[in-house]
Amino acid sequence: MKQLETLERKTDTKYFCFHCGDECPDEIIHLEEKIFCCNGCKTVYEILNNSNLCNYYSIDQNPGITQKHHIKRNYAFLNDEDLKLKLIDFTDGKRTRLTFDIPQMHCSSCIWILENLYKLNAGIISSKVNFLQKKVFISFQDEKTSLKEIVELLDSIGYEPQLNLEERKEKKNKSIYKNLYYKIGIAGFCFGNIMLLSFPEYLSIDVSGHDELKRIFAYLNILLSLPVFFYSSSYYFISAWKGLKKKFVNINVPLALGIAALFLRSIIEIVFMHGAGYLDSLSGLVFFLLIGKLFQNKTYETLNFERNYKSYFPIAVTIQKGKNETTIPVEKLNIGDRLIIRNNELIPADSILIKGNANIDYGFVTGESMPISRVNGEMIYAGGKQIGSAIEVETIKVVSQSYLTQLWNNKAFRKDLEHEQESRITSFANTVSKYFTITIIALAVIAALIWQNNSTLAFNAFTAVLIVACPCALALSTPFALGNTLRIFGKNKFYLKNTFIIEKLAAVNTIVFDKTGTITENNSSSVEFIGEKLNDDEKTFVKSVVRNSAHPLSTAIFNFTDSKIIKNIDLYDEQTGKGIYAVIHGNEIKLGSNIFINEKPEQADDELSTKVFLSINGKTKGYFNITNKYRGGLNETISELEHNYELALLSGDNEGEKEKLRNYFGADNELHFRQSPQNKLDFILRLQESGKKVLMIGDGLNDAGALKQSDVGISVSDNTNNFSPACDGIIDSKSFYLFKDFIKFSKSSMKIIFSSFILSLVYNLIGLGFAFQGTLSPLIAAILMPLSSISAVVFTTVLTNVFAKRRGLI
Amino acid sequence: MSVIVVLIGASLLVATGFLIAYLWAVKSGQYDDKYTPSVRILFEEEKKSEDRNKKSVVKNNSEF
Repeated sequence: MKQLETLERKTDTKYFCFHCGDECPDEIIHLEEKIFCCNGCKTVYEILNNSNLCNYYSIDQNPGITQKHHIKRNYAFLNDEDLKLKLIDFTDGKRTRLTFDIPQMHCSSCIWILENLYKLNAGIISSKVNFLQKKVFISFQDEKTSLKEIVELLDSIGYEPQLNLEERKEKKNKSIYKNLYYKIGIAGFCFGNIMLLSFPEYLSIDVSGHDELKRIFAYLNILLSLPVFFYSSSYYFISAWKGLKKKFVNINVPLALGIAALFLRSIIEIVFMHGAGYLDSLSGLVFFLLIGKLFQNKTYETLNFERNYKSYFPIAVTIQKGKNETTIPVEKLNIGDRLIIRNNELIPADSILIKGNANIDYGFVTGESMPISRVNGEMIYAGGKQIGSAIEVETIKVVSQSYLTQLWNNKAFRKDLEHEQESRITSFANTVSKYFTITIIALAVIAALIWQNNSTLAFNAFTAVLIVACPCALALSTPFALGNTLRIFGKNKFYLKNTFIIEKLAAVNTIVFDKTGTITENNSSSVEFIGEKLNDDEKTFVKSVVRNSAHPLSTAIFNFTDSKIIKNIDLYDEQTGKGIYAVIHGNEIKLGSNIFINEKPEQADDELSTKVFLSINGKTKGYFNITNKYRGGLNETISELEHNYELALLSGDNEGEKEKLRNYFGADNELHFRQSPQNKLDFILRLQESGKKVLMIGDGLNDAGALKQSDVGISVSDNTNNFSPACDGIIDSKSFYLFKDFIKFSKSSMKIIFSSFILSLVYNLIGLGFAFQGTLSPLIAAILMPLSSISAVVFTTVLTNVFAKRRGLI
Repeated sequence: MSVIVVLIGASLLVATGFLIAYLWAVKSGQYDDKYTPSVRILFEEEKKSEDRNKKSVVKNNSEF
């Protein structure tokens, strides 16, 4: 064996890229005393430097987005007029406005560079960033630049916009938000002024002799209460009416009754009886209710819970027509079209491979990151990503009918609206309000009957019952308890779509896990070498060889092997789907499948686990056994949940790890393997038909159906900006170990709401005491109502925080 | 006592002014994005950076 010439890697000095801050690999790229990890980063620096935009680097440390994995894309399809119109917000032929989603945005420097785009392209008039939504609003002059040029510019500086046609209908949502702000502002304004004008009443100031002042104040109050009653509180009347039309009493029915009673009684008292009315209580109530609504409406603007496959598929594809290549929008794709799929492009429809070396990464669909090789004539399912050189395929199904995408034709995806409605029915406050409403109406009638000899007193008692029994404390404790819970979850990187999900989460009794990517880690696997012990030289050979390959198995072996590296390899030949043949200093090294190494394998290939065989100079040394690594805390999670929940596991993979999983899941929980997306959905459906409330936790698009069908669908994601199928909640994979605490905490929150409801009943009983005697004075109402509301808010907020602390969530 | 009526009128007028200012702020989008402006305000003024541009352009030219 020749003496090895090894290159010592200096481990004590590490270099970091000036652009992106990543650690630089062995070869460092220099430019003007600055160090870059790759040419991409250097190029971005050069672009910015040429336009004197280096301020970018002084606002935040190493703000850039690494260009190591960047793939230059062809944006020619953006010249398609149809597509253009779908992507822009507005155009008059001279000026165009558009909005891009840029998920890479992460620091102040990003904001700065994106707002200075006009310095890089003179056609851009202005660009404005909304950082929390990760959006940039651009307006440009049509004659000087084009959509395509702007996208290319953004791409060249590392901010590739997310182009998809699905997420362009959020505008409506925004105006609802604005309306709530308007309503709160107006209610607050009226509340404050009405209280001011009611001060003489509160302090029992003797205004006798100035009767006209009292009248003026009272009529001013009526004037001020009109916008509160007709505008700010309109939501409660509309919602109550909508509920009643569907023969369903929601929490807004007793609220609307209370508000209406307050208003009518006050008007009658002021106009006919020269009283003071309860307008302060009315406006205060509406104001507090709206604040509660704002608190509950917390949403994670950057996360999208409604994505379907269209958000992940390309919007345009390259097809071969005769001898020409053209780009067409993906929905115009027909059966029989010849597609050109380049490196890292997604296959949009089920197709047959015609030409080229297909090496398909289905990670996007299954969570499994090992690419699968296909030969000519074989079928390639939609959703796979080609790794390597360009291939040519012929489509055999249209996009919406492909294996993966036809899942979205299932009825689980069509019941969206009903589903939302349903969630309202099941919420605790709404269940209670049915009985509550009937009770208070009955009580009001009884109170009126008691005083039936005196019509004034009867009217007073009747309205007073409706007023004091108004469930404002209940209506407030729910949004505050759940809103606070949602925030506590958010702090722990568990993001829920809305607060209704918390109630559903607390009601769950069956939990179904997906395997790959959910309970196993995506990017790390555990490797062991089985066979002859390797000496240092042999280890060096292995590490030097796998260093040249981008295959995930090679990366796993590279990270596993601890040795030096030889840079000069005499021969290197990677055969897709088989293995690597390399020669280093005259030593032949073969790494790959059993058949690739041993022409006549002694043992049959065991397809249940991933093995990479190694031979050096024709002698088989053994194999690397590569298995999935389970997420930290899985054991604790399962053993704790096992007691109270029925558990199940659905995996798209083979039974290879069945035994191992049995150790985790115990003997009596169901484990199912080789499940197709449709199988998973059906399994959930079966559980639901037998009366179970199912929580599904999954990750890939193959779980999308099951996530949608389940009562609560939660998706696990390594990067919450990146990828998540339609679901009710997204959990950051780093917080997976807290999953059990999240479920338990949701139950605590429901208990807190329940106790707060008991508390509010006490207030109601006190109020009813006054109401029955017909002695509810405006002053008592003005004290009792805010007191009960505020104490409900304080009670729930403090308790949720205390419980969260006890669980270690804050 | 009629002075109170005048005072009440004045106070309502001032308060209405604030209400209108608030509604205008909501309408103009100040509540749409509650984070980015806090960063934007710390960036250097446009004028200064243009000046710097000119200087550095000259510098660049001399280098060539």
